[in-house]
Amino acid sequence: MFVALRAAVIPKSFGRYGPYRGDALSEIASRPPAYAGHEICEGCHSDVLEVKAKGAHAHVNCESCHGPLAKHAVDPTSIKPVLPDVATLCVRCHSENIAKPSGFPQVDAEEHAQGQPCNTCHQPHSPGFDTGAKK
Amino acid sequence: MTLSRRQILLLLPAAAVAWDFVLAGTPEEAPNYQMTGHWWGMLLDITKCIGCGGCVRACSMENNVPDGYFRTWVERYHVEDWHLENPLVDSPGGGKEGFPQRTQTGGKNFFVPKLCNHCVDSPCTQVCPVGATFHTPDGVVLIDFDYCLGCRYCIQACPYGCRFFHPQRHTAEKCTLCYHRITKGLTTACCEACPTGARQLADLKDPKDPIHAFLKTHTVQVLKPHLATGSKMFYNGLDGSVR
Repeated sequence: MFVALRAAVIPKSFGRYGPYRGDALSEIASRPPAYAGHEICEGCHSDVLEVKAKGAHAHVNCESCHGPLAKHAVDPTSIKPVLPDVATLCVRCHSENIAKPSGFPQVDAEEHAQGQPCNTCHQPHSPGFDTGAKK
Repeated sequence: MTLSRRQILLLLPAAAVAWDFVLAGTPEEAPNYQMTGHWWGMLLDITKCIGCGGCVRACSMENNVPDGYFRTWVERYHVEDWHLENPLVDSPGGGKEGFPQRTQTGGKNFFVPKLCNHCVDSPCTQVCPVGATFHTPDGVVLIDFDYCLGCRYCIQACPYGCRFFHPQRHTAEKCTLCYHRITKGLTTACCEACPTGARQLADLKDPKDPIHAFLKTHTVQVLKPHLATGSKMFYNGLDGSVR
């Protein structure tokens, strides 16, 4: 009776790795990623990689600005990424804040840009350091 | 050798347990990922964090985190002079949309990104009454949503406040260290999205992982070390005021 009840109640994968249901690991691991990872992006967009490698954004991964693009990586023709809005994107990192590391380039966005979008003067993929931004 | 009726009755439960293991099959289902070959942690460099909230947004999108809840978040500290025990801490919206400029001037100001510490001796797993939260063989603390009763013991037990109650699923919820990504050879969504490299996933079992050199050459600390939770979130430049 005990053996039959135990076999019916306890999941088959219980105790595979420890005192828990072993199948939970593969269930959690099987979810598809939303962020493709920069290596996948660089496979197709090597031209952008070359531009990026020369500038201050060399170590900023593509999806930091462009958002999660795993679906685009799977189906590049029908799923197109939306161009980021520079008005909100750039200032998230580069607006002046006392808590930011002092060596990080930051500006008072209103005073610095005077209403103009950042990409009027700066190339987002390779902005360089000689752009007038405070360092 | 002869077995008495008493001995057979005693052996039967043991045989039943053994049979369960036989039925469970081989331990490794994913041939390309060997759990025993990894021991995951993370390096968080406070000297590099700019409080942009990229990690919070990425985590939210990668893991469908409900609005107003956070698996990872960023705190901003303001410490006046010697008042290490009374820092001023804010985290508007978990820092998801960045931080407005602070009105206070002077003092010491910095950002601290936070997430589940994936502790080796985690208090949250110890209090779970049904074995729904557990340590994986590769050093990640996970939740089995099918088994979680929603009793919230683990949420109270976590000394870092890293767990929350999922408003739709009615189970405990927390960072999985992007287990669905790291088992596929990718880094976590927060590390992928961090523009300054303030967060770096680390495999402590990989001798080639740069974390080993970093730990040897920098002043690194874990959060609340006096609790001896065995945290695997290593902070570079951690100030004594951080709780």
